[in-house]
Amino acid sequence: MVSFIFKRLIQTIITLYILITLLFFMFRILPGDPTTMFVDAALPLEAREAVLEQFGLDKPLHEQYWLYMKNFVQGDFGISFNSREPVVDLIGHYLMPTIFLMGSTILLALVIAIILGAVTAWYRGSKFEAIAVSVALFFRSAPIFWIGMVALAFLSHQLNLFPIGGMHEPGQGSNGFFETYFTLEFLHHLILPSIVGAAYYVASPMLVMRSSMIEIMDEDFIELNRAKGLSEKAILFKHAVRNALLPVVTEIALIVGFAIGGQVLLEVVFNWPGIGRLIVDSISRNDYPVAQATFFLMGVIVIFLNLIADILYGYLDPRVTYKKG
Amino acid sequence: MSFVKWKRVFRLLLKDKLGLIGFALMAFFIVVAIFAPFIITHDPQAQHYSDNGDLLNMAKPSSEHYFGTTNMGRDIFSQVVAGTRVALVVGLTCAVMVTIIGTVIALVAGYFGKWVDDLLMRITDIVYGIPFLPFAMIMVAVLGPSIWNIIIAIVLISWRTTTRVIRSEVLSIKQRTFIQAAKLNGAGSFRIIFRHIAPNIIPLSLVFGSLAMGWAIITEASISFLGYGDPLLVSWGKILFDAYIAHAITEAWWWVIPPGLSITLLVMSGFFVSRSLEEILNPRLSR
Repeated sequence: MVSFIFKRLIQTIITLYILITLLFFMFRILPGDPTTMFVDAALPLEAREAVLEQFGLDKPLHEQYWLYMKNFVQGDFGISFNSREPVVDLIGHYLMPTIFLMGSTILLALVIAIILGAVTAWYRGSKFEAIAVSVALFFRSAPIFWIGMVALAFLSHQLNLFPIGGMHEPGQGSNGFFETYFTLEFLHHLILPSIVGAAYYVASPMLVMRSSMIEIMDEDFIELNRAKGLSEKAILFKHAVRNALLPVVTEIALIVGFAIGGQVLLEVVFNWPGIGRLIVDSISRNDYPVAQATFFLMGVIVIFLNLIADILYGYLDPRVTYKKG
Repeated sequence: MSFVKWKRVFRLLLKDKLGLIGFALMAFFIVVAIFAPFIITHDPQAQHYSDNGDLLNMAKPSSEHYFGTTNMGRDIFSQVVAGTRVALVVGLTCAVMVTIIGTVIALVAGYFGKWVDDLLMRITDIVYGIPFLPFAMIMVAVLGPSIWNIIIAIVLISWRTTTRVIRSEVLSIKQRTFIQAAKLNGAGSFRIIFRHIAPNIIPLSLVFGSLAMGWAIITEASISFLGYGDPLLVSWGKILFDAYIAHAITEAWWWVIPPGLSITLLVMSGFFVSRSLEEILNPRLSR
C-alpha cells in the first residue's frame, strides 16, 4: 500500500513536470510570432524589450526553457499584462469564488445523485426509473452554458427569483472574507449557478450509485434482512444505500476533476469572478502569464484529484491489489 | 461467430425503448444534415428586411421565418439546419478518429504488455491530467479558430477514455484459450491483434465511440460559445454565442431554445445508443 502510494506520487510528479513542459511548448513552438502573443502590442518599445527580457524571450529556446522551469519551481509566474499585478496574487483573488461555487455544485449534485441512484435502483423497471434516468441524461447531454442561459431567462429575467449573475450586488461584499462569503446576499447569488451545475453533474454519480445498488440488492444479506422482517424502507436506507456508497466516493474525485471544464462555462454564463472566467478573459486579452498559470493550476487540481481517486479506489475496495499499480 | 453475435445484438436492441429512441434521433439528424441545402428556407447568413425596409431585428417566429430572426435579421431556422451538418461532421469525425486511435493504442499496450504497456499507460495518465476544455480553447486560440483545429484539439485529448477501457478488455481477452491456440499455431503478433483480438472488442469500441461523438459535439459548442468557433461556419455553439452576446435571453427565446435543444437531443441520442449497446454487452445491468 505504502509503496503503491509512493509509486503513484512519483508518477504524479512526472506528470506535473510534463504538463509544465507542454505549457512551455504550447505557447512557444506553435505557429506565429511568439513575441506578439507574449507581449502586449500596445507597450512602448523599451517596455516591450523589458518584458522580453523578463521572460527571456530574447534568448535561445533551451535557455528560455531553463529560466521558465526555474521561475515555475520558485512559484514566480510573472506579472499580468493586463492588470500589472503579480499573477500569483491575481489567481489568489479569483480562486476563492471558484472553490465556493464548485464546492456547492458538487455537494448538491452528490446528494441528489445518491438519493436518485438509490431510489431508481430500488424501483427498477418502473416508469419513475425511466423518467429519472432520462431527465438526468437530458441535463447531462445539454450544454451547461445553455441550461444556464435558459435558467437565467426564465428564473431571473421572467420570474425575478434570482440575480442575473455575478457574486454580489454592485458595491457589496468586498470587505473581507466573512462579509464576502457568509451573507444571505452571496447565498442568493450562489443558488442558481449551483443548481445549474448540479443538474449537469448529477447523471454520472447517479448511474454509478444505481448500478452499485443493483449489485448490492442481489446479495444475500438483503434477503436475510427481509426474512428478518425489516421494513423495505429500513433495508433501503440502513443496509443497501450504506453499502452501495463506496464506488460513488471514488466517482466524487473523478467528477471534481472533470468539473473544471464545466466550471469555466458556468462562470462565464453567470459572470462569476472565478478562475474559469479568468482563463477565458486572459486568453482573449493575450494576457499570456495569467493564462499559463491558470491552466497550470487547473492541471494541478485535475492531477491530484485523479491521484486521490486512484488511492481511494484501492483503499475502499480491498479486492483491488496494489501490486500491479 | 460474429454474425450470430450481431443478430443477437439487433434482437436485444428492438426490446430497448431508449436505445430505439436514440437510434431514431440520430437517424433524424443524419437525414437533416445530408439534405440540409434542400431543407433551409433562406441563406443562413443573409440579412432580411421587413416590408417597410427595417432590418428584422429579433423578429418572432412566423410562417416566413419558422424560428424567427437574429438581431442581424438572419433566419434562425436555416442557421440551425445548417448547424446540424457542422455538428455531425465534428461529432462523427472525432468519434471515428478517437475510436481508431484509442483502440489501436489499447490493443498495442494490452497485447505487448511489459514496458510498452507501461509507457503507453503513463502517457494516458498524463493526458488525463490535462484540463480538457481549457486545453482545447488555448489550442484553438493559438492555432487559429477553424473547424479542423477544433477537431484536432478534441481528438488529442479524447482518446484517453477509450484507451483505458479497451486496454483492460484486451488484457482479459489475451488470456483466453483461442488466443493461446492461435499463438501455438504460429500466428504473428499483428495477425493475433487484428484478426483475433480486435473483432472481440469492436462492440465495446462502438460504445465509447458513440460517447465520444457526444463529447465532441458538446466541446465544439463550448469552444464556439467562448468565441473561438470557426468564423466561416454556422455551428449551434456559435448561434448560442451570438445570442448570448446580443442578450437575446431576455427577449428572444426562439433564438436560444432551438440550437441548444438540438445539441442536447443529438448528444442524448449518442448516450442512449451507447447505453443500449452497453446493456447488450453487459447483461448483468439489463436484468
